[in-house]
Amino acid sequence: MGAPVYRGTFGAPQAERLLWRAGFGPRPGEAKALAKLGLDGAVHSLLNPGVEKLVGPRPHDSKGRPLAPADRWGHDHCWWLDRMVRTSRPLVERMALVWHDWFATSNAGVGDQTLMLQQNELFRKHGLGSFERLLLSVTANPAMLLWLNGTENTKDAPNENYGREMMELFTLGANRGAYTERDVREQARSLTGWTSRWSRGRGDYDFHFDAMRHDPGTKTVFHRSGRYAWRDACRLCLSNPKHPSFFVQKLWGYFIPVPPNAATTRALEAAYTQGHELKPVLEIVLKHPALYTGPRMTKPPVVHTAGLLRRIGAGVTTDAWAWIGSLAGQQLFYPPNVAGWDDTRWLDTATFRGRWIGVAQLLNDRRLDPSKGKAPADAQTVLKRALAFWRNPQLSDATNRALLQFAKESLRQAGSQRWKQVQYPVLVENALRQLIAVSPDLQTS
Amino acid sequence: MSSRVVCDECTRADLFRAVAGQGLPAIEAGMPMPAGTGLTRRGFVARSIGLALTVYGAGRLGIFDEGIAAAASAPQQPILVTVFLQGGADALTLLSPQADPLYRKLRPNLAVSGGTPFAEDASLSWHPALAPLAQLHGEGKVSVLPAVGYDHPDQSHFTSRHFWEVGATDTRLLTGWLGRYLDVAGTKDNPLQGLSLTGSLQPALATAKVPVAAIDGPGEYDFWTPGVWGEVQDRMLDAIGLLGRVGGDDAAMRTAASVTAQAATLRKQLAPFAGDKIPAPAVPYPTGDSFPQRLQGLAAMISAGLPLRCVALEATGEYDTHASQVSALGPALQTTAASLYAFQRDLEARGVADRVLTLVWTEFGRRAKENGSGGTDHGAAGTGFLIGTHAAGTQVGEFPGLAGGLDEDGNLKATSDFRGVYAALLEQWLSFDAERILPHAKSFARPTLVK
Repeated sequence: MGAPVYRGTFGAPQAERLLWRAGFGPRPGEAKALAKLGLDGAVHSLLNPGVEKLVGPRPHDSKGRPLAPADRWGHDHCWWLDRMVRTSRPLVERMALVWHDWFATSNAGVGDQTLMLQQNELFRKHGLGSFERLLLSVTANPAMLLWLNGTENTKDAPNENYGREMMELFTLGANRGAYTERDVREQARSLTGWTSRWSRGRGDYDFHFDAMRHDPGTKTVFHRSGRYAWRDACRLCLSNPKHPSFFVQKLWGYFIPVPPNAATTRALEAAYTQGHELKPVLEIVLKHPALYTGPRMTKPPVVHTAGLLRRIGAGVTTDAWAWIGSLAGQQLFYPPNVAGWDDTRWLDTATFRGRWIGVAQLLNDRRLDPSKGKAPADAQTVLKRALAFWRNPQLSDATNRALLQFAKESLRQAGSQRWKQVQYPVLVENALRQLIAVSPDLQTS
Repeated sequence: MSSRVVCDECTRADLFRAVAGQGLPAIEAGMPMPAGTGLTRRGFVARSIGLALTVYGAGRLGIFDEGIAAAASAPQQPILVTVFLQGGADALTLLSPQADPLYRKLRPNLAVSGGTPFAEDASLSWHPALAPLAQLHGEGKVSVLPAVGYDHPDQSHFTSRHFWEVGATDTRLLTGWLGRYLDVAGTKDNPLQGLSLTGSLQPALATAKVPVAAIDGPGEYDFWTPGVWGEVQDRMLDAIGLLGRVGGDDAAMRTAASVTAQAATLRKQLAPFAGDKIPAPAVPYPTGDSFPQRLQGLAAMISAGLPLRCVALEATGEYDTHASQVSALGPALQTTAASLYAFQRDLEARGVADRVLTLVWTEFGRRAKENGSGGTDHGAAGTGFLIGTHAAGTQVGEFPGLAGGLDEDGNLKATSDFRGVYAALLEQWLSFDAERILPHAKSFARPTLVK
């Protein structure tokens, strides 16, 4: 028996939710266009997007210079944010973000933006392909070799860092009885041999496998013995009976906030074990009724930001997005640790303020000038204008009421003073744009 | 993880200054001057708590009154501060058994030499960078836990940290141990009762019912929007609270609304500090790092009478030293110890030291035998410190020694249990029944932590 498929209406609201979960939200008109393809067509188009086209204004930093993602601090974040905003392949970018979280590598430990960008390209290249190829590529990836001490893991002095996290975080999960401390140590031996050269000018370079540094002896992993090396270490994890359940549950969790039921889990595992291919698994997830009829999810901060820019057809015009991302709890290329971001706790009082500042940043170039206010306006009209600025997002009744109450009370402050009657509607419209974008409705999808 | 950091244009400290500048309430060009309210900068003395504040722009004085009133009316509660050394700090570096020949054998490249002897156990010496803690220990203000942990230690960062955060070796618990304490001892209208001074919420403070807060520092919790000022700005700030009341059936919407409501309350509570109006510290702190800055802000908040109860911070530095351990740990310990020392002296100078205890913890110690990359792999028991004028000042559990003190994985065995420490803190410091907070609290011996 396969997994259930969503059979309800697939209109613009459903297409919009799909675009949020499998991308960064719709551009104007995009949800409607996607809905016309029907559920099958829509999911097919996301999974098979063709050659990437970048749509919209080219990015630049606050001084108008082109972004220098390999060189300047923060430009890496802005460069990827721009890609999320302008891409014609939203699911490819969204999966790259998933892999960045899954194989969370931080430039705080790597110290080389070029290597971070190379790793990022891997996530794009293999992001919808096979998990086996992805895992092998990541294991041999220079940024990862530096981050988890792969180049310092030698036959004479094994370093457990990568071997442990490969099992705990990347393939098997902790506390599931999938591996023992002895397996950690043996896997570390299998993974020995990677090295690089170093020079003052270039830093680490020439990453390669050196048989002299590799431990050629017999290792015993998951009760099997052999003269294992790094590829075997990866494949042993993939063939561990506890891997498919770990893998599909973790992947599912990026798209749907409630766990899959038993039948769906079986279908996901069956689709995955055929060849560790990602598309069949993603197809089940993206067509599942729980995605369309289930609860909402908190948007990750960078998805919230990219979505607001897409919504109004804006581009990246400042490098402030990097530190704003950090305040909102998600600076790209700097996950908090190797387990990635905590997707269950995006929002707290500090990160809420970070999101607020992001919205203020976006509105800064678009503020309406109160001295140019022409005529008094009522609360309903001002709210309508502010909603139109964001292309009329669907808001809950409670949110609409709160916004309207704010608008009414503010406009009442104008009293009988003419200048206030003319200027306050403009101030209120500026404020409403801010409040709409930070409302619980737009923080979630 | 190694500890190289690249930042070619700015330091982290610069970054936060930029943010604070961004958030200052602006007096915008062309803004008219309503009669009678005086929109120029003016001094406003909050006499109730003795803080000199400068109020910028058009803020209604009302919000300051509320913040001050909430602060002033709070009863003076004991405060527990926790400081996390993230990554698993190496116990055998913090306090080293230098005279033990086995130490040199296990640590041919990493063995520490020098530093003050530890007065309670002649076999151990403080790391030279921890001299400030040694001094406080000499004054009877530091309890040392030379090998704190739990049975069947888990060598995963995430599992072990989780155990410490939730106060139990239970992977399914979702609330933090301090969060559960606040859920029963706290109130529904005070986010400051559980404060993360780390820029995001620390899991130990995760509650199920009552609000808690996360901020970078007390002086920058403001909300600015371009093209909004005066009476409309005041209403907009109130409207954050309105959005916080948006409920509904959906869990994610409710969470977003509840955080929004907490932000609205917190902004009012921190209004006395808006625009970085933090009173100067009574003593010098280390500079150029966010950890001492945050402790300095914390001392100012405590001194101002804000209603804090449990506060969580992360120390500066990266303690997951699989490689380059010596060069990574030295500066990290230096700044951390000097900051904790300044914090203690600041609290003493402000006359509030008797209300504060600080627990320093890490998720595990590291393997006794070094790994050959100039580092150490994950281990078991780690080091803890309890700092404050009311800390008992006597060591909790003994150093188990290297001969006979290592488990079958070659890791230090625990001689005290973190759950016993938590139970003792709840009972002896917060005067609360630990059995209401910690699973199986009965089964853990309580060390004497408070005098």
